[in-house]
Amino acid sequence: MTAIASEPGSTYLTAESTIASWLLTKDHKRIALLFFASVTAFFFVGGFAAALIRLNLIEPAGTLLGPDLYNRMFTMHGIVMVWFFLIPSIPATLGNFLVPLMIGARDLAFPRLNLASWYVFNISGILALYFIIAGGNDTGWTFYAPYSTLFSNGHVIAAAVAVFVNGFSTIMTALNFVVTIHRLRAPGMTWFRLPLFIWGIYATSVVMLLATPVLAMTLLLIALEHGFGIGIFDPALGGDPLLFQHMFWFYSHPAVYIMILPAMGVASELIPCFARRPVFGYRGMAYAVMAIAIIGFFVWGHHMFTAGISLFSGIVFSFMSFVVAVPSAIKVFNWTATLHRGRISFDAPMLYALSFVGLFTIGGLTGLNLATLPIDIHVTDTYFVIAHFHYIMVGGTVSAFFGGLHYWWPKITGRLYPEMWARAAAILTFLGFNVTFFPQFILGYLGMPRRYYAYPPEFQVWNVLSSAGASILAIAYVMPLVYLGWSLLRGKQASANPWHATGLEWRTSSPPPEHNFPRTPVVTDAPYRYNPEDGSYVTQDGAANG
Amino acid sequence: MAWLPFWPRDASTTAATVDAIAVSEFILIGLVLLLVFGMMFTFVIKYRQGSKADRSHLVRKTWWFEIGWTSATLLAFLVLFAFGARAYLFLYQPPKADLELYVVGKQWMWKVQYPGGQREIDSLHLPLGKTVRVLLGSEDVIHSFYIPAFRVKHDVVPGTYETFWFKPTELGSFRLECSEFCGTGHANMIGTVHVLTPADYTRWLSSQNAGQTLAQQGEALFRRYGCSGCHSARSTIHAPLLEGVYGSYVHLADGRTVFADERYIRDCILLPASQRVAGYPPVMPSFTGQIPEDGLMKLIAYVQSIGAAKETP
Repeated sequence: MTAIASEPGSTYLTAESTIASWLLTKDHKRIALLFFASVTAFFFVGGFAAALIRLNLIEPAGTLLGPDLYNRMFTMHGIVMVWFFLIPSIPATLGNFLVPLMIGARDLAFPRLNLASWYVFNISGILALYFIIAGGNDTGWTFYAPYSTLFSNGHVIAAAVAVFVNGFSTIMTALNFVVTIHRLRAPGMTWFRLPLFIWGIYATSVVMLLATPVLAMTLLLIALEHGFGIGIFDPALGGDPLLFQHMFWFYSHPAVYIMILPAMGVASELIPCFARRPVFGYRGMAYAVMAIAIIGFFVWGHHMFTAGISLFSGIVFSFMSFVVAVPSAIKVFNWTATLHRGRISFDAPMLYALSFVGLFTIGGLTGLNLATLPIDIHVTDTYFVIAHFHYIMVGGTVSAFFGGLHYWWPKITGRLYPEMWARAAAILTFLGFNVTFFPQFILGYLGMPRRYYAYPPEFQVWNVLSSAGASILAIAYVMPLVYLGWSLLRGKQASANPWHATGLEWRTSSPPPEHNFPRTPVVTDAPYRYNPEDGSYVTQDGAANG
Repeated sequence: MAWLPFWPRDASTTAATVDAIAVSEFILIGLVLLLVFGMMFTFVIKYRQGSKADRSHLVRKTWWFEIGWTSATLLAFLVLFAFGARAYLFLYQPPKADLELYVVGKQWMWKVQYPGGQREIDSLHLPLGKTVRVLLGSEDVIHSFYIPAFRVKHDVVPGTYETFWFKPTELGSFRLECSEFCGTGHANMIGTVHVLTPADYTRWLSSQNAGQTLAQQGEALFRRYGCSGCHSARSTIHAPLLEGVYGSYVHLADGRTVFADERYIRDCILLPASQRVAGYPPVMPSFTGQIPEDGLMKLIAYVQSIGAAKETP
């Protein structure tokens, strides 16, 4: 039971303590914490907008916010949550912290680029706060032209610039991960010995690198049309509004996979550990992740079935959307099969991971409804779509993020969190989430369009239920802030490997020293060598019950 | 599907098609959820830490299982795709229309014109059991014309025309909504669809002070904008005659052959240089920005009235 630990007192947290040592750090673990602070702040900014939206929708007349403020709130909610929370959430925090540790590296390949990414992210964040405080933007996160270019009275350019700059941070971090995973793996860490979290981060990084430039071009063209009247998208100037949608969704559909692939990676770490069993079908899981990343580039047109695309495009994009669902289905079945003959314990990370699988499954299956052409025509742009993607992004990604945060909390902080509180929060999240978003499937099929500040009174029951669920969800999201904060100050000291897990990140002290490992580990074993018969395990560097 | 709880009314032939597919898919999804959640719960309870369950002989050769459930899901998805695509083909091909409606979306209202010249705002009157074809145009941004009880929706895109069709099968009043975000008044861009018996519908039509039919109004505009100066048999300028053009195939100067539908006629008026007819000189001026959307639709109605056939392919 000996971890490869260094002298106590020389952790990455305590190595230096000046403010400058944090703001100028090149240590990926410190940068992960910096990112963590930024995305948490934006999570609550976006959550604040969500709370106002749900409050406004309690009564059908929508008088609390009124149309203009409501439109600004859902735009702010979308832009902040997508680009300032979901996309960086797992990669820039957990990914930043764990990628070098899991592959046995001292740091990311480009530590300065990593720090630059955080600064660029914060600059874009300040621009985002500027457009919000200056009066907001009312185009929705989708910036559809020609509304955004010629008709909106919001701060379109400021919002577009914020998202544009944000993309550079995404690209810097993604590039860093790709190079690190290719070049800095410890001896013996072959591609098919990589933990599945690394596969998830790798796939996401590739999609980020290929898709984000297209978003940048699209936003640039929006700015050119809005600012200088150059006709690209507006038909009055000789442009084509559908061109915007093609370009936007060519980025934004892969962006959905940017948000979910790292979450799949987190679930694939948590479930084997708490089931004390190797993951079912490791290679299948790795291939599935890459298949989703690649096929995900060929389904964007399913956002445009009612927009006037051709019959042929409609049918091809419907077909591709069904195809991309196959690897996701494989993953769900493999996670479920990983529970078979396991020795399952229900610590908070596992509760979050199981919620992730359940909610992702519901989100994925309702995606099939939307891929089916005639059903999509009825429910697109209604609450059915809202419910569907919140099951994936909030039920899926946010659950996995919280699961991962709890799982690696002892490694990151060196402290244990209060288990009972954490379990309560996990269960409350699951309940609150379903009460919030399940009624929205019904609202959608009944025909309530999205982005309505006021609605017919017959929809009120479901909206009130949804808002009630949102208040439960709000409590469940604030709870970790409180007890994890307490743990930071008063939590019990964590050992190097409190979960008896197999990854290299557990083979160094908690929290790790500045350069991760006193000497580079040598990998001799596949990941997830857990034995459910007695709960024993072999770490990736070959230590039995290390 | 009125027997289902929390189910919207289905008041068109499209609604019946969509609901049949949706209900079968929801049932299938329910079964898959039952399977996955059932397995999760069974395993989680049976193999919880502390239970005495047998944990030896883990499945090591996982490939067969994976190939099994990969092919099963792929097959099931292909079936769903095929059903959806078949229905989509059916919904995409309009049958012969009994009634043609001309709808313009603008911030934030729906302007509806009937062939007889009647006009309404945010309201539609339709005869029961008749096939209605809708021509959609927008004056400003993208809107989306959505009647939930009919399960039909189509985006209204500025700069072009979109068409779609439906056939009401139930009497009553139904919600009409805009479902593509279009600005401050988006949620107020709503209206009512009244489905009447054919007799009531005829009564309603005659109760409106229509004056001229839409085609007659279009003919007046045809003269007012000076179109008749060239596009007429008496004209000295070499311009194509429009009799029989709508609904026929047209050979263009660049070698293409296009079908003359509403979209083509519209482009010919606004962007005449883009689709010049073979054998004619490029003399027609562009009318971009000179004719409002509802006027354009009147012109279209006139060109339709002297066209080759009423139906489109």
